[in-house]
Amino acid sequence: MALLEVRNLSVSFETASGDLFYAVRGIDISVDVGEVLAIVGESGSCKSVAMLAVMGLLPPVAIVKADVMRFDGRDLLTLSPRQRRDLSGREMAMIFQEPVASLNPCFTVGFQIEETLRKHTDLDAAARHQRAIELLQAVGIPEPERRLGSFPHQMSGGQCQRVMIAIATACTPRLLIADEPTTALDVTVQKQVLDLLLRLQAENGMALVLITHDMGVVAETADRVIVQYAGRKMEDTDVVSLFSAPESPYTRALLSALPENAGSGRLPTVSDFAPPAEAMK
Amino acid sequence: MSATDDPHLGTAEQEPLGPPPIAPWRESWHYFLANRGAVIGLVVLALLVLTAIFAPLLAPHDPTMQYRDALLVPPAWLERGRPEFLLGTDALGRDILSRLIFGARFSLVIGLVVVALALVSGIFVGLIAGYFGGWIDSAIMRVMDIILAFPSLLLALVLVAIIGPGLFNAMLAIAVVLQPHFARLTRGAVIAEKNREYVTAARVAGASNLRLMVRTILPNCLGPLIVQATLSFSNAILDAAALGFLGMGAQPPTPEWGTMLAEAREFITSAWWVVTMPGIAILITVLAVNLIGDGLRDTFDPKLRRS
Amino acid sequence: MVRFILNRLLLIVPTFIGITLVAFIFIRLLPGDPVILMAGERGVSAERHAELMAQFGFDQPLWKQYVDYVSGLLHGNFGYSYSTKKPVLSEFMARFPATLELGLCAIVLASVLGIAAGILAAIRRGSWIDQVTMGTALVGYSMPIFWWALLLIILFSTKLGWTPVSGRIALTQFFPSVTGFMLIDSLLAGKPAAFWSAVQHLILPTIVLATIPLAVIARQTRSAMLEVLGEVYIMTAKSKGLTPRRVIWLHALRNALIPVVTTIGLQVSVLIGGAILTETIFSWPGIGKWMIDSISRRDYQVVQGGLLLIAAVVMFVNLTVDLLYGLINPRVRYR
Repeated sequence: MALLEVRNLSVSFETASGDLFYAVRGIDISVDVGEVLAIVGESGSCKSVAMLAVMGLLPPVAIVKADVMRFDGRDLLTLSPRQRRDLSGREMAMIFQEPVASLNPCFTVGFQIEETLRKHTDLDAAARHQRAIELLQAVGIPEPERRLGSFPHQMSGGQCQRVMIAIATACTPRLLIADEPTTALDVTVQKQVLDLLLRLQAENGMALVLITHDMGVVAETADRVIVQYAGRKMEDTDVVSLFSAPESPYTRALLSALPENAGSGRLPTVSDFAPPAEAMK
Repeated sequence: MSATDDPHLGTAEQEPLGPPPIAPWRESWHYFLANRGAVIGLVVLALLVLTAIFAPLLAPHDPTMQYRDALLVPPAWLERGRPEFLLGTDALGRDILSRLIFGARFSLVIGLVVVALALVSGIFVGLIAGYFGGWIDSAIMRVMDIILAFPSLLLALVLVAIIGPGLFNAMLAIAVVLQPHFARLTRGAVIAEKNREYVTAARVAGASNLRLMVRTILPNCLGPLIVQATLSFSNAILDAAALGFLGMGAQPPTPEWGTMLAEAREFITSAWWVVTMPGIAILITVLAVNLIGDGLRDTFDPKLRRS
Repeated sequence: MVRFILNRLLLIVPTFIGITLVAFIFIRLLPGDPVILMAGERGVSAERHAELMAQFGFDQPLWKQYVDYVSGLLHGNFGYSYSTKKPVLSEFMARFPATLELGLCAIVLASVLGIAAGILAAIRRGSWIDQVTMGTALVGYSMPIFWWALLLIILFSTKLGWTPVSGRIALTQFFPSVTGFMLIDSLLAGKPAAFWSAVQHLILPTIVLATIPLAVIARQTRSAMLEVLGEVYIMTAKSKGLTPRRVIWLHALRNALIPVVTTIGLQVSVLIGGAILTETIFSWPGIGKWMIDSISRRDYQVVQGGLLLIAAVVMFVNLTVDLLYGLINPRVRYR
């Protein structure tokens, strides 16, 4: 059963000249319970916009239209803002690319974790504190009790991302959206954070949407892949057939641009294979 | 969320078919013109400049001519008002409109001279401090700190007390007080720029210190300096008017707006127009310059652009 | 944090020495020597002149004079007023509470209104509220406050008769001075009528003095809020399902206030400049009016001492604001 179902989603912004600029156009996405879905595309392909629309995090100027946008049987398009707020943070959560910038510099880590718990659970202060310690433990932060009193700037990028994961998973959501969660991290830390995400996904049985531009990450983690280019869906397939038999020319271009596939000579670019972005609009 | 995925930024980067790239200065100019307030400010300032230049042609009367039969005549649209004195006359029977028109000359010249003095000396000091660094930098910046430790109007007052009241001395004093802002700005920009590759390249190519500073580094920190110059322009006008008001700036019978206000103070109960008109002139001028300054700041600060 | 405080304290030492130098040099830059200045119109005989030069140490080498001057300062000797013959320090102390009372009222008014207006404009960005608020702020920012004061007097004192034209309190009101603040002293003395009179006298000068800081604070708050609202951690806060009210008033404002506090601190210097004009117009018996009167009376020891004391006050406030900045900014507090 689809946990998240989005049909014919388009997100547009009015430009200074009064035209509409489409960041996303006519996209269908469905995520099953407990599934890992990767959304792939190059930088600037507005990969995250669709997921921000699902979370309701786009600025008010964004025009969001969809035939269907359903989460767990509830129509996200008709929910009141208050009902939307009850969902986000509890049943669906999101983490972002810049872990250090994602945490509020003025509040302690503990405050920021417990804030979510206070919003969505009936736990009292002591229980929230206890739960926060458990969460930090679960995301692999040493000395969790002491770390609760730390400020984000006292931690490394990898630790901040772990804290973000702790916040996002505080209420064991059914859907976790991770927007390039490892891009800003050191190579050695990237793997650890990715493993952590997959472990929590498996343990809690939550669905994970992984937005990335890294084909290596896709191969390692995803059950299913959506390839997006210039705001449109190019391909929606399981991960094995993506690598063995890519359908769209764009995907083939993307794969052949990987350094290990490129062979000798000039590294091919996507524009060698795919039509330019403006031709797609 | 990555910067390139930001929907706010997306518009520009996603439109390869948009208008062809234009030169930075022209782009800035386009951006500036899109700012309604800035354009209004520019038009008002242009009108003021024209007024100042053609003051003798525009003014209906000699600004110092005392009409003995027309003391404290109210503006023309009021009872007892006389059509030949559109904005009324002051206590000595001088036409207020004519005095205001000639006063525009003083305000604009004050702004220009003060900014020119502060800008040139500030850039000079800031370039030296930033470029040479070390104890020269520390010494210069401590002096700037000391100037900034005093409230600017107070320091200007004291400087005028030393060198004597008068319009030119007031301008000099205000320039001294405003100068550290330019020095700090230049120094900061120079320190940020001097280790960039293009400066190293110029040095390797054999450019002299002077050439490096003036031709290579300076043009790259012009934006903030221009914005600061605009702000200083309006500050200079305000401070000079304040000094004039306190009797330390332009001396009567000069039709400087602040000095006119000082002369008018005793008539606030009997003849409001004598008090009101010069103030409106100051406010409009400063407002116009500040509107331009805001527009320039938005233009030169890429962080605020597209927002 | 301790290192941060020590660092700030060390930084102001050279500036403070510089300020004493400026004050020291000031009186020697004036045309004519100090004794002639002191004698004023009456003039002084050659013998008496030499005598006085020796008495005040003006015949000593300059460095010796400076050392004597600074050691005098350290003993609380800021010179004597030529006109009242009283020590400058006690004259300053007698007038400072008046300026402090006015200045505090103005800065509180400017901060409260300015921050509120800035937040409102930021969250309603682009709306008519934003445009009206920022338009008003720009006018306030461009205001020649001495003219603004005269306008308010014409309207509220002359035409409407609501507020008195000048002074701190009606001459008919007497009560003992305890704190030097009329608002507090009148209440301590249990005289509500006196308190009301003090409030009436304060209203216009406070508005005038608060105008420019209010505009600056409103503009700064708006731009700080706009910047903060674009940060990722605001998106995080929203994604937690927090109410917009909590996101704005807790998560955004807490961060936006950090630069605003610095701005408020910088306004103190502006405020003293404004106090010179405001106090002169409203005959407010504070240090601004004192300085102007002394300059026009050529009472240069007062100008010298006042300059030094005012600079010291400004530096003290800036230091406090710096420390406050460290206190509210965790990135400075916990390194």
